[in-house]
Amino acid sequence: ALSAGSACLIPRFREIQDEELSRFCSRVVKLLQKDPGAEAVDALRRLFLIVSATKYGRKLEKPCVDLLQATICSPACPEQLQLLCAAILREMAPSEGLNLSCDHIQKSRTLSLAASVLLAQGDRQDEVRSVGQRALHLLEARQTEGPGPRALLPVVSKVVSLAPGTLPEAQADMLHRRLVDWLRYASVQQGVAQPSRGFFSAPRTRQPGPVTEVDGAVATDFFTVLSTGQHFTEDQRLNVHAFSMLRTWLLFSGPASRDASDADDRSELEGSTLSVLSATSATASHLLPPQQQLRAGAFEYCQRLLEQSTRRALRKGDSDLQKACLVEAVLLLDVLCRQEPSFLYRALSCLKALLGRLCGDPAQARTLLPIARYLLRHGEAAAVDSEAVCQHLFTSVLADLFPNPMLAFEFAQFCRDSLHLFNPDQGTFKLSFPNLFKLLAWHSPALTSEFVVLLPALVDASTAVEMLHTLLDLPCLTAALGLQLSRSSPTASERPLWDVSLRPTSCLEGFRDPEFQGLFQYLLRSKAGGATKRLAPLHHLLQPMASCARVVQCAQAVPTLLQVFFAAVTQVASGDLSAQLALVLLERSNSLFQVPQYEAQVHRVMSSQLLALCRLRPALVVELARDLLEFVGTVSGIRSRESMFTAVVWAIGEYLAVSYDRRCTVEQVNRFFEALEALLFEVTQSRRSATLPPYPPQVVTVLMTTLTKLASRSQDLIPRVSLLLSKLRALPQGPAMGSVPRDEDTDAIRMRATELTNLLKMPSVAQFVFTPGMEASTPRFHRDANTALPLALHTVSRLVDREAGLLPA
Amino acid sequence: MVHAFLIYTLRAPHAEDTGFCRVLYSCVFGAEKSPDDPRPHGAERDRLLRKEQILAVARQAESMCRLQQQASGHSSVDLPPQSSDEPASLHEAPHGAFRLAAGDPFQEPRTVVWLGVLSLGFALVLDAHENLLLAEGTLRLLARFLFDHLRLLAPSANLLLRADRVEAILARFLPHGQLLFLNDQFVQGLEKELSAAWPL
Repeated sequence: ALSAGSACLIPRFREIQDEELSRFCSRVVKLLQKDPGAEAVDALRRLFLIVSATKYGRKLEKPCVDLLQATICSPACPEQLQLLCAAILREMAPSEGLNLSCDHIQKSRTLSLAASVLLAQGDRQDEVRSVGQRALHLLEARQTEGPGPRALLPVVSKVVSLAPGTLPEAQADMLHRRLVDWLRYASVQQGVAQPSRGFFSAPRTRQPGPVTEVDGAVATDFFTVLSTGQHFTEDQRLNVHAFSMLRTWLLFSGPASRDASDADDRSELEGSTLSVLSATSATASHLLPPQQQLRAGAFEYCQRLLEQSTRRALRKGDSDLQKACLVEAVLLLDVLCRQEPSFLYRALSCLKALLGRLCGDPAQARTLLPIARYLLRHGEAAAVDSEAVCQHLFTSVLADLFPNPMLAFEFAQFCRDSLHLFNPDQGTFKLSFPNLFKLLAWHSPALTSEFVVLLPALVDASTAVEMLHTLLDLPCLTAALGLQLSRSSPTASERPLWDVSLRPTSCLEGFRDPEFQGLFQYLLRSKAGGATKRLAPLHHLLQPMASCARVVQCAQAVPTLLQVFFAAVTQVASGDLSAQLALVLLERSNSLFQVPQYEAQVHRVMSSQLLALCRLRPALVVELARDLLEFVGTVSGIRSRESMFTAVVWAIGEYLAVSYDRRCTVEQVNRFFEALEALLFEVTQSRRSATLPPYPPQVVTVLMTTLTKLASRSQDLIPRVSLLLSKLRALPQGPAMGSVPRDEDTDAIRMRATELTNLLKMPSVAQFVFTPGMEASTPRFHRDANTALPLALHTVSRLVDREAGLLPA
Repeated sequence: MVHAFLIYTLRAPHAEDTGFCRVLYSCVFGAEKSPDDPRPHGAERDRLLRKEQILAVARQAESMCRLQQQASGHSSVDLPPQSSDEPASLHEAPHGAFRLAAGDPFQEPRTVVWLGVLSLGFALVLDAHENLLLAEGTLRLLARFLFDHLRLLAPSANLLLRADRVEAILARFLPHGQLLFLNDQFVQGLEKELSAAWPL
């Protein structure tokens, strides 16, 4: 209801025609010129909506645009009008008709308004540089010590982030120096209230008193963003703005500075004596160049923030700010240490102390992430162990705090950003995948794309089989995590963790049942151990939760992740591992948590990946002959996993040959033949039955083709196959089921049977066609007129046709 | 820094796909560099691209919000309107973050932080390695001020024709996309200044 009322205005405003708009522009011009009051405001609001409601450009008359520009630049106009004019021009950007220039602007507020328009033009005419120049010029001029600089700092910050490293050094130095002033030397007395314009306007001369810390104590050192009071002075406000832009400024104000993210080499301490001695403080450093003065000042500010964050804030807003300040301080220390390695020792000792304080506090978990990152990047230089904090993060923090969506996202980011910094010997990262997957299981829509990047880095030959099982059981993990949460927070009835209508009480009971303890513990483990457990009993127990929205969302992510997993694991898989993975696919194809549509999707991936494994290592089929035989053993398995069945039968046909593995024996070929022949018989029987739905024709044709292939390799079998095929060619039309005529399916089967029969008439050709060997994958095989398969097939079919024409039918 | 701020509509989690996500307001702080496009109407194409980028973000944020609501078992975003109270603690409101890869849809990789309050969504599009704790806090602050100063809970609330107020709030709390470290007292001071300059 709230937004419906709003939103339906949009189509109306989009429909305003150009003519009407043109008249409206004239009206706006008149109002602005004559009577810049409430009517003008209303007109401008409408004009803003007209321009912003559509993604297509709207043409405003030139006089109107000129007047909008003029309004921004005349300081006398009320803020309301100026904001609207700037917003309209910004919404139209980039626009070619703009002739707004900042070169002669004298007032900070005006420049700020003009900048919002100019910086939106996409830097087609070097606007970014000229805005930056003008802003720094005004800052340098120190014309008004009033609110002037405060309006300009965000502009400068935006300019350097849009165009890093383009400021002239002299101007940058000027701002370095002023920033140090604002950061370190802001007043420590509270400001005075603005004199009220009331009747009693005699100002009372009352000392405002010193600023306080967030816990109410009197401030112990210089003013920072965590210093508070009833009213603030202008330089205190500047302190806030200066700190807010500090990291951006440090990163991007230097000449052609290194990009923040790519300077990721572990920093080295060059000459320990030198570093310790050269770490000077801002107050005693007037001889230092301005940039280093600023860095020193920034360092002290960070130290102060770290100290201030130990206090217990009286207000929630301040407590939240403390956490944000902690993160910012750590990020700043990281930048400073990269720019000046001399800060390392002092920074590390601060952070170690901080770490000790924060590790035990779940509310501070998000703050640990930048600290961990800092230690991974810089810790080695001072032999500080980043391992301990990583352990803590990957075990306790993940296990306890996974439901928090922001923590989950930041954790995934932390992993992505630190992939190249994790110590491969320690294995903390790789072995923590069971815990990491909890993030994915709980927040799959937001984190699937992150895990597509992380998964390849987690894949390891020693844990691959365990990981495959874990991925297949991911939706089950989601359900189990839901149970775990509901059990640990009994007030879950206020905030349901899943759709309350489902009432999975049996699942909750099962969670507490000792019989299932071991399995739940395994599912919810923190570390990979190499061992695997079959969770089929849990699939059954948790069935009522299989249609919970969160479980379904997770299930939808699994097929993609399986593809990523296999793409990564085939890079490191030995023959042994490929065989193990293939076996997992076979085994798990009928042992999946029954989430709606999950099985069908996963089967599709499994069958294509099984074929891919066989293609890479054809010898697999012979190695796993016994398991494959068992898999195709019964007809009952076909319906529930048709794609897998088809893939297995196809693989048998393709790769069960001596040319792929010398261990392939005639007995093996015969054994498979007999099993498949029996299946084909049963399957075709069902086609004739009026009660059972027939098997899809693909099942029949793949069986036929594979049998023919096997026969071409063990030619004693040819007569049996020919008999089978002739029966299939003589299939009557099956009974029509519903509105779908059976003709096409039966036709397809008959046609395939005929082709195969024809090929078998020339056994040596058949062998050549069906078992071309490894060379078939080389292009030359198909270009060389002597070996080309298509040519051979073509010749055969012509010969056979001719022969068929000669013989009686 | 913040690249863009947007307000968009949220549909109830289990509503059928009637209607679509609309962007009610957006503000881009400093545009990405325009490509060198010698063809005519390059500026218009550029603008079209930007509007579509913002819409793409809104759609994705809306979808994330719906999925999160569905996953946590909430059947409706629309709680009964509480006319004069603040919308029930913004800390409980659905929120989250997701990443946008380079080129999809912005040139640079970006992060989006989003917040859903009743049937309005708020989002910040941030540079890739921004302080998310600060961004999250700022987004809640903006949402609170927008609800208060635009009286968005009132029955005839309309945000589309009051862009000036939105701009005024942004100018103070997110000037040119700069996230500010504002303690509670500071915020109160800014709020007083806002109320004085822009009486309700």
